[in-house]
Amino acid sequence: MSLEVLGVSVLWLFLFGYLIIASIDFGAGFFNAYSLLVGKKRILTVIIQRYLSPVWEITNVFLVFFFVGIVGFFPRTAYFYGTTLLVPVSIALGLLAIRGSYYAFESYGSRGHKGYSFMYGLAGLLIPAALSVVLAISEGGFITIIDDNPVLDYAALFTSSLTWSIVLLALAAVLYISATFLTWYANKAGDREATNLLRKYALIWSIPLAISVIGIMVELRKHNVIHFDRMIDFWYLFGISAVMFVITIIILLMRRHYGVAVWLLIGQFAFAFFGYGISHYPYLLYPHLTIYDSFTNETMAISLVIAFVLGLLLLIPSLYLVFKLFLFDKDYVRGKEDHHA
Amino acid sequence: MVNDNAVFFSRLLTELTLTFHIIYATIGVGVPLMIMIAQWIGIKKNDEHYILLARRIARGFVITVAVGVVTGTAIGLQLSLLWPNFMQLAGNVIALPLFMETFAFFFEAIFLGIYLYTWDRFENQKKHFLLLIPVAVGASMSAVFITMVNAFMNAPRGFEVVDGQIVNIQPIVAMFNPAMPTKVGHVLLTAYMTSAFVLAAIAAFRMLKGSKHIYYKKSLYLFMKLGLVFSIGTAVVGDFSAKYLVAYQPEKLAAAEWHFETEKGASLLVFGIRDGEDVKYAIRIPYALSLLAHNNPFAEVTGLNEFPEDETPPLYIHFLFDLMVTIGFFMVGVSAIYVIGKLRRWRFIHSKWFRWVIVAGGPLSMIAIEAGWWLAEVGRQPWILVRYMKVAEAATSSQHVDLMLLLFCLIYLILGIGSVVVLRRMFKRNPIEREIADRHAEKGGGIS
Repeated sequence: MSLEVLGVSVLWLFLFGYLIIASIDFGAGFFNAYSLLVGKKRILTVIIQRYLSPVWEITNVFLVFFFVGIVGFFPRTAYFYGTTLLVPVSIALGLLAIRGSYYAFESYGSRGHKGYSFMYGLAGLLIPAALSVVLAISEGGFITIIDDNPVLDYAALFTSSLTWSIVLLALAAVLYISATFLTWYANKAGDREATNLLRKYALIWSIPLAISVIGIMVELRKHNVIHFDRMIDFWYLFGISAVMFVITIIILLMRRHYGVAVWLLIGQFAFAFFGYGISHYPYLLYPHLTIYDSFTNETMAISLVIAFVLGLLLLIPSLYLVFKLFLFDKDYVRGKEDHHA
Repeated sequence: MVNDNAVFFSRLLTELTLTFHIIYATIGVGVPLMIMIAQWIGIKKNDEHYILLARRIARGFVITVAVGVVTGTAIGLQLSLLWPNFMQLAGNVIALPLFMETFAFFFEAIFLGIYLYTWDRFENQKKHFLLLIPVAVGASMSAVFITMVNAFMNAPRGFEVVDGQIVNIQPIVAMFNPAMPTKVGHVLLTAYMTSAFVLAAIAAFRMLKGSKHIYYKKSLYLFMKLGLVFSIGTAVVGDFSAKYLVAYQPEKLAAAEWHFETEKGASLLVFGIRDGEDVKYAIRIPYALSLLAHNNPFAEVTGLNEFPEDETPPLYIHFLFDLMVTIGFFMVGVSAIYVIGKLRRWRFIHSKWFRWVIVAGGPLSMIAIEAGWWLAEVGRQPWILVRYMKVAEAATSSQHVDLMLLLFCLIYLILGIGSVVVLRRMFKRNPIEREIADRHAEKGGGIS
């Protein structure tokens, strides 16, 4: 494997990590706000807060890790994406600021501030929408070079049906991932009411998820034939993903083995996400930027890889400790004691 | 093609974000160490008050960390959004510490989450204390790495430019550039110092508001002692920083000191008003500038007139320099008087007016941090990469920076007000007297 491919794989892995844990977080915010609206607050809020409070900061680090990493390994992306993404990313940053501060503010100060909860829930839907636009842009056709500077064509972007199918996919995926995970967590906590509610949400959101995936394939065929053909070449990856999806739904319908459902869910998105990534190869931004012409110099690449390996040696045991304490600790999950600072 | 409008607003937006972020970042670097020290003393002395002190600071710390994290994420992305040309070039050389910073941050985030939510899980406080070590180390290390990046912008090293191409890149040389030691030292020490004085100010404020609890007396004395140590350290490293500037960025020191003509035995200017090259109403300390620059009162100090005019920074940085240094020495004085007074039982250190001085010390230290950063950053104008790339060449070509500036103004306003309101409410609703009473009831004794 060349250093370029290694670099991009590592970053893709971290983006995948962010996708899963941020989806849980974003979806939870939405469900929390929704339960406030329909008067079911008591059922969901406790479960959601117990899981999310200790991990929201870690969630954010995955994102930071990805964008620092991509600029490190592929400095030219700063030029292309940095110039063009000022507006969508700034908006996402604003929303992230609202979310990031929420848990701290909520758990200690303005407990039950309704306006803030709604903003928080809404932000959870708008952030994936704003960030997923980047995926549409990477397919090409929305950036033109004017006077040597890349310029984003907003009109083309927002009238494209590809953009909207990707946004729809992002939203449905967020809600589906979140609901499935929280079903498992609520079940572990022994909270039957929350389990049933979340299980229902998971089943509901699986429908737009399936539809939008098909929509994207149709759109991509019109928009970027090369990418579409390569996706067909890797059809088996998407096939495995689809099978896992179907089994997850069956398990949810059976009302048991929620732990297996979560692993299948992760598998489903892993295969789809890596299938998408591999078929996108070698482009970072079609057709302007490939992973080869944007790669950093070899010395830097090697030192980044070394830093990465050393960093992982530090992170993996630490993350394991977090999981042990907050995800797999029965007393904590069931809220037997108040472990609050 | 340079888009002047975009350059101007990009500078403004970066300045706004950093100015806001630095308040929370400084607390984020310094406070974990303070929590750690408080908890350690609590364990060693077997004094529940210090443990409670650690716990209460940690609770407030969550709020500031949250704002620090989101504004830090903002500046991290803004580097690429607003300065894409800079990041494209510098990314090749300086990506390593940037990358390592995220690891330090990751490490800190993980253990902070664990520390905060395991207060009642460990019977043994020592075990819980161990969790604080990675938090404090992670916080300080992320400051170290990110300051390395900033130091690189002041003293770019570890690469060569041949025919417009960057070659011969050495990431380690870039990290350990000449500006690094003094910058990192100064940033860490000032963060510790400011955090100590902010916490001391809170204790003094509560005492002024009528709390007679011994908890605040212990807290105040502890943080004044720590503040004294760190402020003296700050002054020493500040002196090294000046010597660094003489050797590598003399125009910055010359502009900060309004030192126009090269001369021997140069005097140090404090305050004053400038009219061209004439300075009025300034306090002149003869030979002090030469002494500061070269450890020799008769040494020659290069004047600003030796540099091309389009490569010198704006002259208003003199006021920032004065502000920073004055506050620094003032705080050394205040904390020294308090600590000596405590040992020699001087009465007046317990008087109202002196407590107000200590209260003022918190915000003043924060102002000094801001002034110091503005001095450091404006002082390398017009360069973004000193002697390699000017700010104007680095900025984005996007047309929407002005709108984004408004957006971020709004965000920081919400975060700023929100954090202050939440922090105030948190401690008002649960004063120390009540918390001790609650714990007393819970555990059936043990603390008074």
